[in-house]
This record gives sequence, C-alpha cells and structure tokens, in this order.
Amino acid sequence: MGAIQPKVSEPVSDELLLVQRAKGGDVGAFEELVRRYDRNVFRIAQHITQNREDAEDVVQDAFLKAYNNLAQFQGQSKFYTWLVRIAVNEALMKLRRRRPERTISLDEEVKTEDDSVPREVADWSPNPEQQYTQAELRDILDRTIHGLPATFRTVFVLRDVEGLSTEETAEALDLSVPAVKSRLLRARLQLRERLNKYFQKRDRVNGSQSKPGSGDGTR
Amino acid sequence: MKCSEFLHELTDYLDGVIDAGTKAELDEHLAWCHNCYVVCDTTKKTIEIYRDSKLYELPEDLETKLRSAIATRCKSHKKTGPEGSAH
Repeated sequence: MGAIQPKVSEPVSDELLLVQRAKGGDVGAFEELVRRYDRNVFRIAQHITQNREDAEDVVQDAFLKAYNNLAQFQGQSKFYTWLVRIAVNEALMKLRRRRPERTISLDEEVKTEDDSVPREVADWSPNPEQQYTQAELRDILDRTIHGLPATFRTVFVLRDVEGLSTEETAEALDLSVPAVKSRLLRARLQLRERLNKYFQKRDRVNGSQSKPGSGDGTR
Repeated sequence: MKCSEFLHELTDYLDGVIDAGTKAELDEHLAWCHNCYVVCDTTKKTIEIYRDSKLYELPEDLETKLRSAIATRCKSHKKTGPEGSAH
C-alpha cells in the first residue's frame, strides 16, 4: 500500500520579503500575507473552537496579534508556522472561555487506556464518500471530528488537513515530535473507527470479501 | 510482527517516513493480515477524505469582511504606534 502523497505547500520565496516590508510599516504587504493564509487560519480556528463566530474572531485577533508582534518574528521558522502557533493559542483561549469547566491543554496527558485499538474492522466501499451528497458528507465529517478531544483534533487538522510536517506541527503546538506522532496516530484511528458506520460496505451476503485493492503490489 | 506492532508503526508507514527494512516487514505483515490491511486502507481513506473535504471553507463574503476588518485594525494600530511603546 502506498504512502499518502504529501500536500505540497506553495513556494514561500517572497514571503520573507513581504514580512520585511510589513515590519517596515507596509500594511499592503501584510494584507498580502492575510490573503495567503486567512482560509487556513479560519479552518484551523473553526476546528478547534467548533463555533463559527469564535473562528471569525480568532482570524481577526490572530492576524492583528501577528501584525503587532512582527518584530519578534525572526524568520527561523516559516511565517505560516509562526502564524498557526498564534492562531492555535487564540483558538484555545476562546475554547477555554466557552467551556471554563474543562481545562483544555494540548499537552495534557492522554489517557493510558487505549481507546484507539481498532474494534470494528470492515471494508469500506471503494469510494465511500460518493454515497453521500456534499452536504451530508460535510455533516458526517463535521460531527465525527467534533467528537475527538481538542488535542487530537488539533494535531490531525494541522498535520493531515493543512499539511504541516510533523516538525512544524510540533513547533506550532509546542509539543515534542513523539507527542505529535502519538496523538496523530490516535486521532487517525479514532476517526477511522467512527467513520466505519457510514462508510463500510453493505453486503447482502455475509460471505468472505476479496481484499480491496488486492494485487496492487502490496507484497 | 504482531498486529499491535504494526499499528504502532502505522502513522510513519502511511506518511512514508520509515526505513526500507521496517517497510518491508510491514508490507509482509499486510500481505497476510487482512484486518491490518483493512485498518491501514480505511485509515488512509479517512485522511484523504478529510483532506479533500470542503469542511470549513471560508465563504467569499465572510473572507472579504474579515480582510477588511483586519486591514482597518492594522491601520489603526499603525496610527497609535506599537503596543507598549512610549509614543
């Protein structure tokens, strides 16, 4: 089975120049950075806060904070990773304000009881997402990911949806690389388990199935 | 290789960041363990479905509103000077 094709990020060669110009007071250059990343920041914020209005606030607050603190951006990491770190912190603050009864921390100890061991193993239809309309699919994906703890959700979104590398995700979340990997594995397995009921093959006969994609060179 | 060992390596396997020797062992396990094959295949689909989904796309009108609000706030900040400065 082949590995997942990594999401190729856009070239950022002119990005440092834009940051330099923005540092020098060129709001237009900063607006260009906003245009590049506002969709990503919105997605991340919405995933973490699970609330549209909060996500809108997070987008504004994160960019304003980035603008106000540009002098502190030294260019050791990508601007985007730095921005994501700010946005995640803003989003977590919103979440804490909304749910003060529960302390939310990304580095909280994950329960030792292994809730990620696959319990249900069933083949999925070849193109499971095509069984649903776009709106139904969005609803399924939305409800499924919302059921994950914030820490798993955030790692999954940065790594698998936004395409940050493991190291960039670790940097943005202030976690170690092994911590990112362990959360990512559990997030992926839990999402898979929860999506089973929507995507598994509905067989009329309860017979043995041929392996999906068998003969594709897995051996 | 046991299934639990396979699962432990699943993330690196899917991300294609393992050495050739470990990959060969995992491929060998997948060749005979149907359950792990299905878990691996459906986990990969899970990731692809989320990656390709249009979940939380920023609508154009909202994007315009947010950009304009950010620009206004940045410009007003510029007039008043950086936070914490003596100006």
